[in-house]
Amino acid sequence: MFRRTLMASVAVTMLGAVSAHAQTIGFSQIGSESGWRAAETTVTLQEAERRGIDLRFSDAQQRQENQIAAMRSFIAQGVDAILVAPVVATGWDSVLEEAAEAEIPVVLLDRMVDSSPDLYLTAVGSDLVHEGRVAGEWLVEAVNGADCRVVELQGTTGSSPAIDRKNGFEQGIAGADNIQIVRSQTGDFTRTRGKEVMESFLQAENGGADICALYAHNDDMAVGAIQAIKEAGLKPGEDILVVSIDAVPDIFLALAAGEANATVELTPNMAGPAFDALEAYFADGTLPEKFIQTESRLYTQADDPAAQYEGRKDLGY
Amino acid sequence: MKGVFRRVAPQLFTLSAVIVLVSMFFPSFWQIVYVNDRLVGIPIDIVKRGAPVALLAIGMTLVIATRGIDLSVGAVMAICGASAAWSIDQGFGIWAALGIAGAAGLICGLWNGLLVAVFGIQPIVATLILMVAGRGVAQLITGGTILTFDNEAFAYLGSGTFLGVPVPAVIWVLTGIFFGLLVRRTALGLLVESIGVNLRASTLTGINSRVLLIAVYMGSGFCAALAGIIATADIRGADANNAGLWLELDAILAVVIGGNSLLGGRFSILASLLGAMIIQTINTGILLAGFPSEYNLVIKAVLVIIILVLQSPRLLPQFAVLWSRRRTSPQTKTLRAAMTEDRP
Repeated sequence: MFRRTLMASVAVTMLGAVSAHAQTIGFSQIGSESGWRAAETTVTLQEAERRGIDLRFSDAQQRQENQIAAMRSFIAQGVDAILVAPVVATGWDSVLEEAAEAEIPVVLLDRMVDSSPDLYLTAVGSDLVHEGRVAGEWLVEAVNGADCRVVELQGTTGSSPAIDRKNGFEQGIAGADNIQIVRSQTGDFTRTRGKEVMESFLQAENGGADICALYAHNDDMAVGAIQAIKEAGLKPGEDILVVSIDAVPDIFLALAAGEANATVELTPNMAGPAFDALEAYFADGTLPEKFIQTESRLYTQADDPAAQYEGRKDLGY
Repeated sequence: MKGVFRRVAPQLFTLSAVIVLVSMFFPSFWQIVYVNDRLVGIPIDIVKRGAPVALLAIGMTLVIATRGIDLSVGAVMAICGASAAWSIDQGFGIWAALGIAGAAGLICGLWNGLLVAVFGIQPIVATLILMVAGRGVAQLITGGTILTFDNEAFAYLGSGTFLGVPVPAVIWVLTGIFFGLLVRRTALGLLVESIGVNLRASTLTGINSRVLLIAVYMGSGFCAALAGIIATADIRGADANNAGLWLELDAILAVVIGGNSLLGGRFSILASLLGAMIIQTINTGILLAGFPSEYNLVIKAVLVIIILVLQSPRLLPQFAVLWSRRRTSPQTKTLRAAMTEDRP
């Protein structure tokens, strides 16, 4: 994976050297902390190539000092813009000021910083609460007024995705009195824990007969839980509806097999909207909003999950 | 047999107490039904979910008996699970996958054993190296992703049943019996205890302590390999980041709840296995009780503290004295008789 991105970035850099008039944009990535992060890198490189942008890629290996060093080097190279996925929220003031002095616009990807919004052009990210709300609203529509007892697999206790996706889902089902969350427990965002906790839910809820739907804060836990449901002799997707968040490739296999019902995408394409905003800014100085929210698209069994899987499996998830 | 019972009596008592506690929250605890060729029920879930910690505890008991400790078992689980998933993914078939995973566990154990026995590095530091590096090795094998596979035969080891009993439970029971017989029907157990009590004296009496130490760490690596295979087969995929994460601590806890001293010497594998089941009963009970997940670790910690305090070597004799007094003293008898008489 890493080798592929490296080769791609070398190729892109060489391309840029030939056509000197192409835009040069530096991208400081956190590192390869998760499959989603790897997919974000791949998609960013693809988007840059598609638009003919000369992308300078730098992998910070989860260290802020590497990111700051990379940004300083981008500034020294005189790039046209900088994309950065900040590893932490604090400590960015001085390097952002340096970029502002050099009149290089900075776009934050996926995560925020606590510096003054004047120091960066815009931030592109997803709204975790909104993701949960989309999942909740889907369930309200899917059960269509019937009584529904929901079990919830939370993310790591205390993490912001777990808190926000829980709140969002509760907002989504607010007002639908037929739907109630009867059990909610952490599955640590992992398949193993998702399966183990789902087993205990099934035990506690009359062998699963009393459960109408499962809401998992990420797809991996849902994949584990689907196995637990199957082993309990029930049909996931029919006996128990399954809705989760992230849209990683493996959940599309489950959707294609009819074992999951819906997933809300956390898109790895943060760079696309960022490049769009930069293009408009360079063309006529249009200032974008300070926060660009990516679309949280809902995928169901009707959205050709098999094709979605094919399109995603090589992104590095 | 009576000696064995006396040795594990505190653990049996604790396990019963924890089960009673869980049953209070969940009255249908013992309800076991037979569906789809498998037994389904909470006790079944406990013996199945407890498999990784039970397996790790078997190897850990022996390592701790030599006055060592093996912090790397969680990471070794990840390495072995990743190797197995990789072999299946390459199309080598189940036997090759099992062989490669087992060999990976033995090699990891050999590495730890060499560092401890030959280079004389303190066990906690020697195994810390693999604990930290091992997860990286596992990630290299899986390529940083969750390596999934489709192989029913291999998945059977994690989620299949044998005569209705979950296969992971069968594996840990058989492994426990194997290691139990190995150390108690031969002199190996005695030799392990002796190097735990006094390494130098044991070496001087002619025990090949170096080879024995390496063998004990390899045994621990092998148990970790079995646990890794089960964890991987269970979710049909190798998750290098999370497989066996923090399980080394649960395994050490199981050994300690089993009444084995971290200072080495006498040990009981059976007691450690009961310790593992106590931990798993607590874990499952917490999930069933339906408390908010913020309380999970707090409840577990409180229960573990109570168990360890009750078993502490300072307190245990006091309880024994109290118990025998209550049974023998004539005053208690008359008092009790008076109390029962007063009842209407």
